[in-house]
Amino acid sequence: MKERYSPVGGRLLTPQFYFLGVLLAIGAYFIIKRFIFGIGAVSDLSDGFPWGIWITYDVVTGTAIACGGYAMAILVYVFNRGQFHPMIRAALLTSVFGYTLAGASIIVDVGRWWQLYNVFLPWYMNLNSVMLEVALCVTLYTLVLWIELSPAILEAMHANRWLRRLRHVMFIVAGLGLLLPTMHQSSLGSLLIIAGDKVHPLWQTNIIPLLFLLTAITMGYAMVVFESLYASVNLNRPLETALLSKVSAVIPWLLIGYMALRFGDLLLSDKIGYLFRSGIEPYLFAIEMLLLLYAIVKLLDKDERVRPTVLFRAALAVLIGGSLYRFNAFLIAFDPGPGWHYFPAVGEMMITIGIVAFEIMAYLFFVKKTPVLLASPSERAAAGGARRPADQGAKGLNAIARGAGAHPPALPT
Amino acid sequence: MKTTGEWLNEEIGPRVSDQLEMRGIDRRSFIKLAAAITAAMGLPVGMAGRVMAAIEEESARPAVIWLHFQECTGCTESLLRATHPTLETLILDMVSLDYSETLLAAAGHQAEAALHDSMQANDGRFILVVEGSVPTADHGNFCKIGGQTPQQMLRKIAPHAAAAIAIGSCASWGGVQSAAPNPTGAVGLAEALQLEGITKADGTALPVISLPGCPASPYNFLQTVLYYLTMKQLPELDVKGRPMFAYGRLIHENCERRPHFDAGRFAEEFGDEGHRKGWCLYKLGCKGPETFANCPAIEFGDVGGNTWPVGIGHPCFGCSEQGVGFHKALHEQADVETVTPPSMFPGVATEHGGGATLAAAAVAGAVAGGAAVYALGAHEKLKHAEGTGSAESSRKE
Amino acid sequence: MSINRRHFLQGLAAGAASLGAGAVMGPAVARPAKELVPGAVGILYDATQCIGCKACEVACKAANNLPPVENPALDHVYGVEGVWDAPDDLNSRTMNKIKAYPGFDSIDASRADAVLAEPTPDRVKPQDMSFVKRGCMHCVDPDCVSACPVSALTKNPDTGAVQYNPDACIGCRYCQLACPFNIPKFEYDKTFPKIVKCELCSERIAEGGIPACCDACPTGASLFGRVEDLRAEGHRRLAAAPGSSLTYPIHALDSGDNKVATVPEYVQHMYGETETGGTQTLLLADVPFRKLGLPKLGDASRARLSETIQHTLYGGMVMPTLLLGGLIYAVYNNSREERLDGDEASEEPTAEAKASQADVKCEEGRRS
Repeated sequence: MKERYSPVGGRLLTPQFYFLGVLLAIGAYFIIKRFIFGIGAVSDLSDGFPWGIWITYDVVTGTAIACGGYAMAILVYVFNRGQFHPMIRAALLTSVFGYTLAGASIIVDVGRWWQLYNVFLPWYMNLNSVMLEVALCVTLYTLVLWIELSPAILEAMHANRWLRRLRHVMFIVAGLGLLLPTMHQSSLGSLLIIAGDKVHPLWQTNIIPLLFLLTAITMGYAMVVFESLYASVNLNRPLETALLSKVSAVIPWLLIGYMALRFGDLLLSDKIGYLFRSGIEPYLFAIEMLLLLYAIVKLLDKDERVRPTVLFRAALAVLIGGSLYRFNAFLIAFDPGPGWHYFPAVGEMMITIGIVAFEIMAYLFFVKKTPVLLASPSERAAAGGARRPADQGAKGLNAIARGAGAHPPALPT
Repeated sequence: MKTTGEWLNEEIGPRVSDQLEMRGIDRRSFIKLAAAITAAMGLPVGMAGRVMAAIEEESARPAVIWLHFQECTGCTESLLRATHPTLETLILDMVSLDYSETLLAAAGHQAEAALHDSMQANDGRFILVVEGSVPTADHGNFCKIGGQTPQQMLRKIAPHAAAAIAIGSCASWGGVQSAAPNPTGAVGLAEALQLEGITKADGTALPVISLPGCPASPYNFLQTVLYYLTMKQLPELDVKGRPMFAYGRLIHENCERRPHFDAGRFAEEFGDEGHRKGWCLYKLGCKGPETFANCPAIEFGDVGGNTWPVGIGHPCFGCSEQGVGFHKALHEQADVETVTPPSMFPGVATEHGGGATLAAAAVAGAVAGGAAVYALGAHEKLKHAEGTGSAESSRKE
Repeated sequence: MSINRRHFLQGLAAGAASLGAGAVMGPAVARPAKELVPGAVGILYDATQCIGCKACEVACKAANNLPPVENPALDHVYGVEGVWDAPDDLNSRTMNKIKAYPGFDSIDASRADAVLAEPTPDRVKPQDMSFVKRGCMHCVDPDCVSACPVSALTKNPDTGAVQYNPDACIGCRYCQLACPFNIPKFEYDKTFPKIVKCELCSERIAEGGIPACCDACPTGASLFGRVEDLRAEGHRRLAAAPGSSLTYPIHALDSGDNKVATVPEYVQHMYGETETGGTQTLLLADVPFRKLGLPKLGDASRARLSETIQHTLYGGMVMPTLLLGGLIYAVYNNSREERLDGDEASEEPTAEAKASQADVKCEEGRRS
């Protein structure tokens, strides 16, 4: 496997980047307001709804979306599908930022943030708490992700000795990088068990950890597909349709398993009747299932899943469906009792948007300035000899549109 | 414990019946009087015997020197109209009023001599009662009795007293004379003693009991004196030197109109429906919520029920409270010192906010819309690429 | 496909299946239910004896130095400002609240004023009217204690009261999510917030006193005592014939203060005896508890289920360790080439490669 990664290059400070910067600035203003005046000054959080979009989106959904590195690592390192190896770094980048910014969101969300380190102090730890396990696991995994991404940074710094040392112990880090998300993505679901009847019966179940884990892995694959297509559209990268279609082939099977478990659980615990009661919950459930069903149908079809548009729509359906599952369980189908209401406040939303904007800006920075994405064929050819920089612009999506001809990079198996 | 009757017969002796007969008061009425006074001081009924014994013993009749400074003599006038006990009971049986400019029959040098003799005979044992404020501006020259300023008189007299009672708001904290701009620099007795550095002859502080009010309720004064005679000690005082039994609660806490306050029934104007129905006078400026006194309990004038300001329909103006009376405007709303729940109740399921606002919905809509537009745009680009790309790949194959 | 991988895959599949099956069917050994601590004390609130005087609210605020809560709506209606301590619910400044059930359900519950209509000659007081005292239930098996990651909420080993330690608290508010009664309140309006809830006046009890609310209650509606004794007292009242005369203790079971009252028609259930594993605050009423806002709960606390599932998966870190071992083994085998590849790549970069790096940088500068 002789892969060459290189920075995509190109200007970082595009209009898109500036727009994201504006969103970040607005988010920063509300974050400062939150720290000076308190959580209530920027959010609609209340005693009945102590967790809003910061937890539900930034932490729970955001980390599930960031499971690309984890999902790809399962394929490459457990099932030995080396052909997907070149995609790991890009997936890792999304994961690193997803988890790091989930951590940042936690600091914004918790009320006594100056004592947040208490979770690491053994004399405070409550080993019965699901939250403790999530906190420790996510922190450790974020560190693991940075270590796994570090080769890209080290390469950009040409720190070859460090690279060599790291590569020899990376298998331990990678092992942790497979264990830890298994633990905490399932536990993010287990968080809801103690909430009892506050979570609607269609979402509350003993197997919630398994359901959260399955959807997280599936969303990881969907994000890898989505991110690759995004890079192709926005960064003039060649389409990796062949590889993507193979990756996305896993998704429908995971979803079928998930749906079987979900419906099976509803039947076995006599909750299937809730699908036919009044209220918005049956519709929310139906929307979730329809989105996932769409992805299943499209991605089972070998001819459909080689088409970039199908991949895009199916990946989006999985991401939205999986996110909706989490939003429903934590927020929308959550009823603490009469008189409590929640809709995110403007400040709350702008903080989340600012954090996401930062995530995208960081992604663009890393992708353009450090060797994360696979080098284009001309660069790889130049590794053994002369380089033709002018060709870098010729390949890519626009080139394809002009009919200049391109094919996905030939990769060693 | 002996009964009251046994105590009278065995401990006090025949002097009691003599005294009673001379005044035409039969024993039964006297016992009832003692019981009433005991109850008014907030003491248990069983102590009536001790109260009566205190009244009886001649040696327990302390000398009282009553000084008048900047005052209207309203407190003395109120005392004159007391009925239980009457003033003559006070000055003939309970205390020996050796000097009082209002009540003394003598005048001029004779009066001065009475003051001097009493001080000498009762050195360290008499009670100094002060009515009226002490002017501190211009060395006290705003008030002179017999050519002497209050400061000079206090310097001469106070060190020889056992205790002092400041009767009325003027003597307690300055009263009406201290209303802005307080041109005479009027202060109460306790502050005057402190400013002048006047202590007892042996250097210890002279205890001062303040009985504010304009006028002070005469019964608060009588009860204080009786407490001292009976218990041989001062009653429990608050931080401002006021007896707790009279000034320990806010008027607001004793007011008969309190249920109207709690239920939100307020008179808005004099003579309106609420006013005529006897509703709470808070909105008309009643200072009950920040004034400590027992007016609602003992009222004034002994003419029946409701004879106190709020009872007859006028808001309390806080005459006994420094910083309130003669300081705040009559119809200025009071600060409620102890905030307690209203008589309303919340329902079992309280509505809380947090729902969608227009702004939030707009932002959410904008985000969703923007994301949708972006996704559609990306989709279009992919479609375009797909169209040409599939042509390419089919050519390649 | 290597043999190692096949075996590992099979093992992984078996592991996942057993995990899934185990979770679906329920853990074989559930975490046992918690028992009352020997010295457990609590409060018996008898709604039938409550007159709604709110002396308990006043006493609680005084004992805990809590500021009054203004209700702008109330102030607006009556044209006065800040004259009442008028919280409409438990909140971060109110740890004890008397609410009223007016006897019928159609009242707009959001109004914090005059929910109870005043009796007039032609309007009779509804039969079903009742007050209810809300505050921490001091559960025997508290969900909040189980949920808190840093043990900020703990159960006092002597009294069983659920206490809060702000020095441990990180403000994650998981306790708010976990509590079935929505008791813990958070100071969302403060820069340095903490959780606020009744702690059963632990300091007063330690000095031999009783909680301020029970001390203040003139009718004995809030009664303090050992939980076992309170349960017995509750059953005594439930067993008494409605309409008969009964002696009711006031303040505390052993205070010596008693009164005699007519036994009402109690709902034959003591709320908190079994709900969510039992609570140390018990309630009696003569209207259904649902109408008083008390949720219908099962006999087991949710903490029991949550801890059972969590410990089944992670108990002793056995399964994670085994899984980690297997994963490291698999990764090691499947990344051999990567390590070799890395050794080659980390040699000195060639002069050509260096030149091409420089070219790339020039190109980046020209790109638009």
